Amino acid sequence: MASQQRPLSPHLQVYKPQITSTLSIIHRMTGVVNALGALLMAWWLVALAGGESSYAQFTAVAGSVPGQIALFAFSATLVYHLLNGVRHLFWDIGWGLEIPQAYRSGYTVIILATALTALLWYAGLSAGGAV
Amino acid sequence: MSRLRNPLAIARGLGSAKDGVSHWWAQRVTAIALVFLVPWFIVTAVSLVGVDHVNTHAFIADPFNATLMLAFVLSVFWHARLGLQVVIEDYIHAPGLEIALQLLVKFAYALAAIASVVSIGRIVFTA
Repeated sequence: MASQQRPLSPHLQVYKPQITSTLSIIHRMTGVVNALGALLMAWWLVALAGGESSYAQFTAVAGSVPGQIALFAFSATLVYHLLNGVRHLFWDIGWGLEIPQAYRSGYTVIILATALTALLWYAGLSAGGAV
Repeated sequence: MSRLRNPLAIARGLGSAKDGVSHWWAQRVTAIALVFLVPWFIVTAVSLVGVDHVNTHAFIADPFNATLMLAFVLSVFWHARLGLQVVIEDYIHAPGLEIALQLLVKFAYALAAIASVVSIGRIVFTA
């Protein structure tokens, strides 16, 4: 046990949220959500290989309201993590590390992720006959 | 650089974790693969909305699609396992729980990858 109350380094909650730190945290959270979604994708493949009745079970769950909400969430997190992941890869080779560039690429990721997710669901719902 | 380090340790470049940059590098290599494979998977998934079992099965059974699907599932589960490992390392500080979670993640994602590969194999070979 500490014998005296030493000063602690500033915690997350005393910082004003910034686009850079917020997107970094969201990148991690969407990564965890994607990892869970990947298990559902494995179920899709197992159900598809299992035959018509197992595939019907999968499509019934995927097509239900909770299933559609989950799929929407997974598609949004996948698109975000993909786009922000590309941003990270550019940082890895030393591009776009200046603050104004990092802010610009951050806002670009938010706009593109929102637009692409909306486009995907428009295409998916049209194909499914819902629109 | 510190003169206190053994020259052999510096030459090996493996650091205190004994595996150097292999984790970081594997995460980046799978990330670059996924930059190409995720858009393919998303387009594929949307195109398969409302498609029945027979035609979805036939689509995945196509060698081109089966190859990309295999590449996708292997990259995804590897990348996911590496990412979850770091998240657990960063936030779970109870040693027993941490080891239990690390093992659970390794086994769960290995099994998910194997199940996916077996399924794709069955789809291809029963086409």
